Amino acid sequence: MTLARDFFKIGPARLFVHFVVLVIVILWLIPTLGIFISSLRDKDQLVVSGWWTAFAGSSRTVASRLGQPDQQKQEGATYVIAGNVLEGQEGRSIRAFGTRVQQPAAYSAGETADLGDGVSLLVNSDGTYRYMKNAPFGPDDGGRRVYVSIATPPEFTMQNYRTVLTGEGIGQSFINSLTVTIPATIIPILIAAFAAYALSWMEFPGRALLIALVVGLIVVPLQMSLIPLLRLYNTVGAAFDAPSKTYLGIWLAHTAFGMPLAIYLLRAYIAGLPKEIIESARVDGASDFEIFVRIVLPLSFPALASFAIFQFLWVWNDLLVAMVFLGTDRQHLVLTGALNALLGSRGGNWEILTASAFVTIIVPLLVFFGLQRYLVRGLLAGSVKGG
Amino acid sequence: MLSQIVSALGVVVVAVFACSAYFYFSNKILDLALPVKDGDIRSAARNLNRRAMIRPWLFLGPALFLLVVYLVYPVVATFILSFYDRSGEQFVGFANYQWAFSDREFRQSIFNNILWLAVVPAACTFFGLVIAVMTDRIWWGNIAKSIVFMPMAISFVGASVIWKFIYEFRGGNDTQIGLLNAIVQLFGGTPQVWISVPFWNNFFLMVILIWIQTGFAMVILSAALRGIPEETIEAAVIDGANGWQIFWRIMVPQVWGTIAVVWTTITILVLKVFDIVLTMTNGQWNSMVLANLMFNWMFRGGGDSGRSAVIALIIMLAVTPIMVWNVRRANRELGGH
Repeated sequence: MTLARDFFKIGPARLFVHFVVLVIVILWLIPTLGIFISSLRDKDQLVVSGWWTAFAGSSRTVASRLGQPDQQKQEGATYVIAGNVLEGQEGRSIRAFGTRVQQPAAYSAGETADLGDGVSLLVNSDGTYRYMKNAPFGPDDGGRRVYVSIATPPEFTMQNYRTVLTGEGIGQSFINSLTVTIPATIIPILIAAFAAYALSWMEFPGRALLIALVVGLIVVPLQMSLIPLLRLYNTVGAAFDAPSKTYLGIWLAHTAFGMPLAIYLLRAYIAGLPKEIIESARVDGASDFEIFVRIVLPLSFPALASFAIFQFLWVWNDLLVAMVFLGTDRQHLVLTGALNALLGSRGGNWEILTASAFVTIIVPLLVFFGLQRYLVRGLLAGSVKGG
Repeated sequence: MLSQIVSALGVVVVAVFACSAYFYFSNKILDLALPVKDGDIRSAARNLNRRAMIRPWLFLGPALFLLVVYLVYPVVATFILSFYDRSGEQFVGFANYQWAFSDREFRQSIFNNILWLAVVPAACTFFGLVIAVMTDRIWWGNIAKSIVFMPMAISFVGASVIWKFIYEFRGGNDTQIGLLNAIVQLFGGTPQVWISVPFWNNFFLMVILIWIQTGFAMVILSAALRGIPEETIEAAVIDGANGWQIFWRIMVPQVWGTIAVVWTTITILVLKVFDIVLTMTNGQWNSMVLANLMFNWMFRGGGDSGRSAVIALIIMLAVTPIMVWNVRRANRELGGH
């Protein structure tokens, strides 16, 4: 592709491509970044300023009173009351000040404000002030109110995470999610791999029909299955005097719903293995079971891995199946369900929501970035061939 | 909590072990039941044949069982249920269908679904294609691709929370902490409660799915673009085609097949999409879609299995052409092996 690549390198076109991709990357990154930064912010700061200002620090306005006339000193023609508005909280710095509540930041620090009637006020960034008048301060001038905005450095905290993991049931849901996800990832792979092998390398009547069935079932909407299965589960549960909403029930549901795609993808891969290896093993007297376990399974590792990632992400991120087959009570909520419930009950508490959202997405993100190579390979195995 | 972890681990091990044991022992039993002895050649040959007939079904057994119980049977059962009343006991004929087409909410859902189908697959495929073409041509393209692909890992619920934060609205004189309203305010506009603006809120929800799915389209289309023979592009360059012409006249026609696959996959996803609407609006402010309407009828006031079955069948009907196309394509492709 050298010539084609050179073509795109010529002139402003190349710069334009870099610029557009940069814009796209920023657009795609910003939503997640916003959640992440917000989840680490102090909850009081979160409600008063946008997350994009988190690194700039914020300012808060406090009211303070200037000293009483009995502290005044005469300096030539001017009378001065001096002091510090930051008494008790040294170390902070002042950005601006004002004397009216409507304009609490009318003057910047270090500026001398003319307040009329020969009165002026200077507040420095370290908090020291000089309140000046060209005549003596009378008793009416006592304890004048002044507003100062104090710069607050950016504050980040893990407190939100501690709150959601212990107080909001997210920790419990995290374990529920793991309990649902791990078997629902491993079992379908095993079952689908055996089926894919049979559909690729064993001769039996009706094979073509079965393959067509599997391909057709890929698109059956999940919604279709819910009512009949719910009834079936209730019947079976009643027959065995067992609850109808169990982990076993949801594992089987996820296994079955992932099955068509799993067989389809694994079959594409297993059917593509070299014929010679499998036939020479047969000639040597190996049974199909032995061939599958000793030859096909190890050789199919890349395909198994890619499907495993898929299934993991799919089950971990699922909401509908979990809501229907595991229920929505607090004990059985998976992470997605818990997050959805929090949106209802804590809709405005963004410190809770952002931290919870990040807890739910951290595991899939780790899996995703760790195993991205396999995931992409699996995606391509299933989709590009028909292109 | 620790005991729950331990018991979860235990159950995981038992489940996986039971599954492996089925395959191991069923094959062992088959070999023992139909022995192949060196002495008796005729019975050995007969038993070998019988083994070869039975063994595929041992391999396929669990998969077939699950497919039939969880996918085939429900399709039939849902069809039958759609002719029965809310509890599934009284035959009511086409009453549920009549209800569906006269129900305002149902028609709203159909309308919204069509809107989703028109916008989301097209937008994902288009953005995916453009990003694939561009990132293939810059040195940091792979990093860019990873970032665009990343939302694929995020759950729809997680993504909804992420975007709800972007659409966040605060009344009065409060500082806007939602990015969109902050930007609107910056340019002098009036902040809005975006997700409750009828009609347009559909698009604000679609953005979430487009954000998630564009990476998927990009990855697959990028692989297809790499498969385009270099010569065709070179020839176009020599003939003086510009980048725009190369893209539309040379690249796009050569990946039509893949575009169709991506389009279809996302279409199926859109029909089934449920989580985003549930999390963002729960169908309020005219944003209901079929999947959520069906869920509502399943549980609303004790549930109405007849009406929800009708809605499920409509979703099924919508994906049937895709299913037929899929089977045909697969048959062509898997003709031999």
